[in-house]
Amino acid sequence: MIEGARWRRWVFFNLPLALFVIGLLFPFYWMMVTTVRPDAELYRPWMAPNYTPFWTLNPTLDHIRYLLDETLFNRWMLNTFFISVLATVISLFCGLLAGYALSRLKFPFAGSLGTGIFITYLVPQTLLFIPLADIIRNFRLGDTPWALVLTYPTFLIPFCTWLLMGYFKAIPRELEECARIDGATRWQAMVYIVFPVAVPGILSAGIFAFTLSWNEFIYALVFLSSPEQKTVSVGITSELVRGDVFYWGSLMAGALLGSVPVALIYSFFVEYYVAGITGSVKG
Amino acid sequence: MSRVIIRSLNKRFDGVHAVKDVNLDIHDKEFVVLVGPSGCGKTTTLRMVAGLESITSGEIMIGDRIVNELPPMDRDIAMVFQNYALYPHMSVYDNMAFGLKMRGFDRTEISNRVKAAAEILGIEEQLQRKPRQLSGGQRQRVALGRAIVRHPQVFLFDEPLSNLDAKLRIQMRVEIKKIHVRLGTTAIYVTHDQVEAMTLGDRVVVMKDGLVQQVGEPLELYNEPANRFVAGFIGSPAMNFATVEMADTEGALWARHEGIRIKLPAAIAGRLRPHVGENVTLGIRPEDLRVASGSEEADLSFDAVVEVIEKLGSQILLDVRVGPNTMVAAVEPTVKAKVHDRLRLALNPDRLYFFDRVSQAAI
Repeated sequence: MIEGARWRRWVFFNLPLALFVIGLLFPFYWMMVTTVRPDAELYRPWMAPNYTPFWTLNPTLDHIRYLLDETLFNRWMLNTFFISVLATVISLFCGLLAGYALSRLKFPFAGSLGTGIFITYLVPQTLLFIPLADIIRNFRLGDTPWALVLTYPTFLIPFCTWLLMGYFKAIPRELEECARIDGATRWQAMVYIVFPVAVPGILSAGIFAFTLSWNEFIYALVFLSSPEQKTVSVGITSELVRGDVFYWGSLMAGALLGSVPVALIYSFFVEYYVAGITGSVKG
Repeated sequence: MSRVIIRSLNKRFDGVHAVKDVNLDIHDKEFVVLVGPSGCGKTTTLRMVAGLESITSGEIMIGDRIVNELPPMDRDIAMVFQNYALYPHMSVYDNMAFGLKMRGFDRTEISNRVKAAAEILGIEEQLQRKPRQLSGGQRQRVALGRAIVRHPQVFLFDEPLSNLDAKLRIQMRVEIKKIHVRLGTTAIYVTHDQVEAMTLGDRVVVMKDGLVQQVGEPLELYNEPANRFVAGFIGSPAMNFATVEMADTEGALWARHEGIRIKLPAAIAGRLRPHVGENVTLGIRPEDLRVASGSEEADLSFDAVVEVIEKLGSQILLDVRVGPNTMVAAVEPTVKAKVHDRLRLALNPDRLYFFDRVSQAAI
């Protein structure tokens, strides 16, 4: 805490913090207000005498109803969930093994391999989707969830590998050596000792991987075309913007509902993983 | 039988020859301490015995088996690490039980062994706690307990007391010794602390630059160091060294240097006679120096100027200047000396050490 007079604390701590919090939360507030705002208010010009941008006096659930009944939103949610979970599981599994190997095992070119994996993460998705689209077509995976389940790991595996590599490096080597003297094989030492100790790292890698796949846009836009295959991020932007007409209320309702699972996962796990980082993992 | 035999052991890391041709016979029930400055190869040697480091060449036998190619789990050893290496996600009980579970012991046997070990170490109350809830000394006990429960053929200790504060270190040192007496398990203990080595070891192995300098019982190392390094490393405060010239005058042998002129007793003169006219290194332990009384023989004493006085209570350490050399004398606490005083220090003629200037070996 900043020491000194009360005004000092207000000017240098409370005020900036308040601005920061407002700046962060305002988009979500705007999303919520727009979701329940009736169409009449949405299209009211800003100089109208009864223009109320920051609140609404006639909240309505019409947009949500439209989203759920008239579009394939539920289907999109299911698609996104299926793809994100599978992509996360695949990436986490590969990242765990690769991260462990790169941080612990001595083998030729271990260092350059680690760097190589990192470099693949640096190739922008906006370029990578072009060759990937060709591959997807050759394997006849276009317009199926597998197109995304198999392409998301291309950026999730390097990410998980690097995050977990750092985590494994921070775990004292002696823990594993001790386990191996105690009678565990390298594999058992990894499963019984290293992974449980690395739970906070594994959880954060999983959360980030899930969030990245949930929010992914470009690959989903390119590889999926029929409405019933789409993910939330692509579905609401392509199906609720028709020509130059924006269905703002339903768009915002979709964005709001679409961010609920990620918000839930964060609020549930973040506590666990913050507790893990401060050293109170239940074993 | 759980002896450990090490034959012509070598270890090379990329370009570094860390352990050079080490030979060691460790008897059943013996407590052997490897001691030396950091980087001397003692920990690498221990890790090769444990199977955590591959062997470049040579042979290690535990019991009657050659273990060169055996993984650590099959060597029937237990190791205590410097940073304890307790499994942070397991309770004290599970930490101690892990090795037994891995080896498929049944529940009651595990429980009996863990409880017995906890009783020996006085940690029965802590069995359900997690390592992070324990103090440094308690963690060290758990690490010991984890080794004890296994009833291994050999205990390996890698600087287990280095992370403890001075008082606790002395206390745990005594406990390790007691446990060894009680269990009689062969033990190899690595430390850089020569006091720990002297107090714990049945035999002590002094290492430097990957080479074994001397192997012997603690007092043997203290009284008959094989070379200048061992002489300087064993004993606290360390031995004083001075370069002296051997001279033969009137039939007697003299060790001479600026400020020093000592007539060597006949008993050791014989050994040194071949070095007449050469420079050799003279070694005198601080505890073999005392302030001379008036009647002292002038041939066995020299003048010194006091530079620093360290009052330890049981003795006083005088840091003195003798000609161009500085020396330390451990004298009686009753000695009244002040900085800049000129004293005459007498030495014990039976406890003079001489080392070759080139080979550093004792003469």
